Amino acid sequence: MTFSLDFALAAPEVILAAAALILLVWGAFQPQAGAIFTLAAIGALVAAGVAAATGPLGRGFAGGLIADQASVFAKVAIYAASAICIPLGQRWFERRGVHNFEFPVLILLAALGMGMMVSAGDLISLYVGVELHSLALYVLAAMHRDNARASEAGLKYFVLGALSSGLLLYGASLIYGFAGSTVFSDIAVAVQSGAGTGVLFGLVFLMCGLGFKVSAAPFHMWTPDVYEGAPTPVVAFFASAPKLAAMVLFARALAEGFPGAIAQWQQVLVALALMSVAVGAFAGLAQRNLKRLWAYSSIANVGYALLGLASGTGEGVQAMLMFMILYMIDVTGFFACLAALSREGRDMETIDDMAGLFRERPGIALAMSAFALSALGLPPFSGFWAKYYVFKAAINGGLGLAAVIGLVGSVVAAFYYLRLLKVMWFDDTAGATDKPPVEAKAIAISLALFSFPLVMGALVVLDPLAKTAAAALGLG
Amino acid sequence: MTGILSLITFAPLLGIAAIVALRLSSRADEPRTVTAAKWITLVTTLAVLALSVLLVIQFDPNTADFQFVEDAPWFAGLHYRMGVDGISVLFVLLTAFLMPICIAASWVSVEKRVLEYMIAFLALETLVIGVFCALDLVLFYIFFEFGLVPMFLIIGVWGGARRVYAAFKFFLYTLLGSVLMLAAILAMIGIAHTSSIPELMAYKFAPQVQTWLWLAFFASFAVKMPMWPVHTWLPDAHVEAPTAGSVILAGILLKLGGYGFMRFSLPMFPQASEMFTPLVFAFSVIAIVYTSLVAFRQVDIKKLIAYSSVAHMGFVTMGIFSGNAQGEQGALFQMLSHGVIPARSSFAWASSMTACTLARSPSTADWSAACPGTQRCSCCSPWAMSACRAPRASLARS
Repeated sequence: MTFSLDFALAAPEVILAAAALILLVWGAFQPQAGAIFTLAAIGALVAAGVAAATGPLGRGFAGGLIADQASVFAKVAIYAASAICIPLGQRWFERRGVHNFEFPVLILLAALGMGMMVSAGDLISLYVGVELHSLALYVLAAMHRDNARASEAGLKYFVLGALSSGLLLYGASLIYGFAGSTVFSDIAVAVQSGAGTGVLFGLVFLMCGLGFKVSAAPFHMWTPDVYEGAPTPVVAFFASAPKLAAMVLFARALAEGFPGAIAQWQQVLVALALMSVAVGAFAGLAQRNLKRLWAYSSIANVGYALLGLASGTGEGVQAMLMFMILYMIDVTGFFACLAALSREGRDMETIDDMAGLFRERPGIALAMSAFALSALGLPPFSGFWAKYYVFKAAINGGLGLAAVIGLVGSVVAAFYYLRLLKVMWFDDTAGATDKPPVEAKAIAISLALFSFPLVMGALVVLDPLAKTAAAALGLG
Repeated sequence: MTGILSLITFAPLLGIAAIVALRLSSRADEPRTVTAAKWITLVTTLAVLALSVLLVIQFDPNTADFQFVEDAPWFAGLHYRMGVDGISVLFVLLTAFLMPICIAASWVSVEKRVLEYMIAFLALETLVIGVFCALDLVLFYIFFEFGLVPMFLIIGVWGGARRVYAAFKFFLYTLLGSVLMLAAILAMIGIAHTSSIPELMAYKFAPQVQTWLWLAFFASFAVKMPMWPVHTWLPDAHVEAPTAGSVILAGILLKLGGYGFMRFSLPMFPQASEMFTPLVFAFSVIAIVYTSLVAFRQVDIKKLIAYSSVAHMGFVTMGIFSGNAQGEQGALFQMLSHGVIPARSSFAWASSMTACTLARSPSTADWSAACPGTQRCSCCSPWAMSACRAPRASLARS
């Protein structure tokens, strides 16, 4: 393994790191660069995506970095989601009089961290990736710095995120101490040859730390507060790409590092999954703020993704990947709808704000209805296919009872999605809304069109891709 | 004639596209736009009816196989597969027959959001016909489940005073039943490695597995039917829905349950069906006696129709699970006749209400006192409702 090949494998990371640094310097000298600055950031993400998709596959940096079909699949999705959030957020901040060139740069750094997470082959690169993306996200949450709620969200996120990083690091050190290596494949050998309960102890800490990052119950407490306080386009970013990155990392760490301990981590995952579904479904019932509501919805959805992973089969990993991709599109679209809506300059965030929206803004109301029905899991929207994969994998993997509990949880959650529909369709309008900004509306409506009907065709393409990606992650 | 089923199923979507185009090119509240939308809808539904009549004429009644089969591979082993047999072709015709009537009945009674109303009915027509034509389990589920949305909107937007409560109750009851069916569908695909309905009808599931699958399907179809004790959503939904919505609900959507029993529960899980027959009979008898008694006490005529519908459906489930050809045939005939009769009662009620400008949901006494004329012309419906019971009951017993 030569040094140049190592860098060829890391081409997307190199591009993103270089672009972030160049943009940072450019922005420092020319803070009002405007549209071309934004375009340059998007261009860097596109270039990184192309580099990931066309680059060589293999392992580099002594096993620390893995480029395989799974990492390519996840990276392309992560970069695409990041690229969508850049124009969405940049314009949103501009309309509120916040001119900070750091926004695209931070998104690039977060994307870099997430790319490292999905490529991580040992505990060190895992931790570096997690921290890099987390730090960028903490700053993004507090980006709207004159807004007290945003600052509060950033601080809360930082404190709880630091706690979870501590747990993760403690788990990593335990694993290293008992297994004698930080590389996943070596850990797997150590676990096979009976490294004892110490490694399992470390594994549990590692899973707790990752549970924080994907906001699975009982580590979900930060999610509603951060979603509520952070600027809407930033939440669109939080809810999509980082979740996918953390889930892929979860899958890789478990499948590559601990295939011998499947019986142990499977029960932890089932417990996390069912708790998340229950918390998401029941706690969501009491929410009036849509951003909080969608935070609980994301907790429930992470529960479903974990249920797919918990089935411990290749089919389950494929289900998790499909679920996360389809969920990312839905959730980004939903927050794009929220970012498009305002009434006399004030954000529309509560359910009651949406009263009669169908009469007022039919396009956005239809898009939001599609996302709500999709989140509900109603066929033929993309959310149904996401659940279809997960529950099929869970039932085939012998988790039939857990699948039924998850399905019943989705009926409970259906109530709050229906309430949103009811408010938009049945109620009288709550007043005129401002003209929606073009880019947010375009993103919302095109993602809604993906949610239905384009998903019916996209599945034909996504299904085999996710299958090869899952095969690369192991657990065949 | 291949392709005719897809044409019948998706033709209403063309009507929707036309209405959307109309909406984009003109203002929604102009009288001319509204009238044009009504005509588009009526013509579309009539075209679907004509195609369905053509389908029935072309249908070969001498074979039990599926006909007009279309099959195209989709992804991950799923197929787009359509086809009809002797059971489903009749339901397609029933749906296509009731739809234009519903549109005509809503011509003047629906005053707000007419375009959306027409779109909702056209979407409902596509979905219901799709349920009857689908020969792939997942495709069936898509049509079956998505049908909840237009009905939810029809009840919730154009319904009566307690429309929100009724719409939620309708949606959540049905959803709870159908997610259990989804679990069963996924399990069946996992076990049999196919989602084709004809192949699954030939597949022999182990008896233990059959029990669970049967129960899951029963949960869904019993709610849809609706059987006692999960029937309570129907009176609410039926009363609150606009008249045409009630007609579709009683006339077609209730038949989805019976159709499901005939298409899935009996042929795919025969041993479980036999095992659970006493349970079904018990529920059916309770439904017939109890809901008929409840119907006595109703002063609201739509509620009366709803409760009597539950009783009628009790005969249907009895017939389906009677285990012989006459019972099946009787149940099928009962479903088809029930598709038409309460529909007529509802329309008669609605027309008398408009004619006599009574308050909403008059009591039966008010009705006869205030407008003897319309009552006379609709009196054949109650007769038909009571008369068709006796022969069906004996059929089910035999």
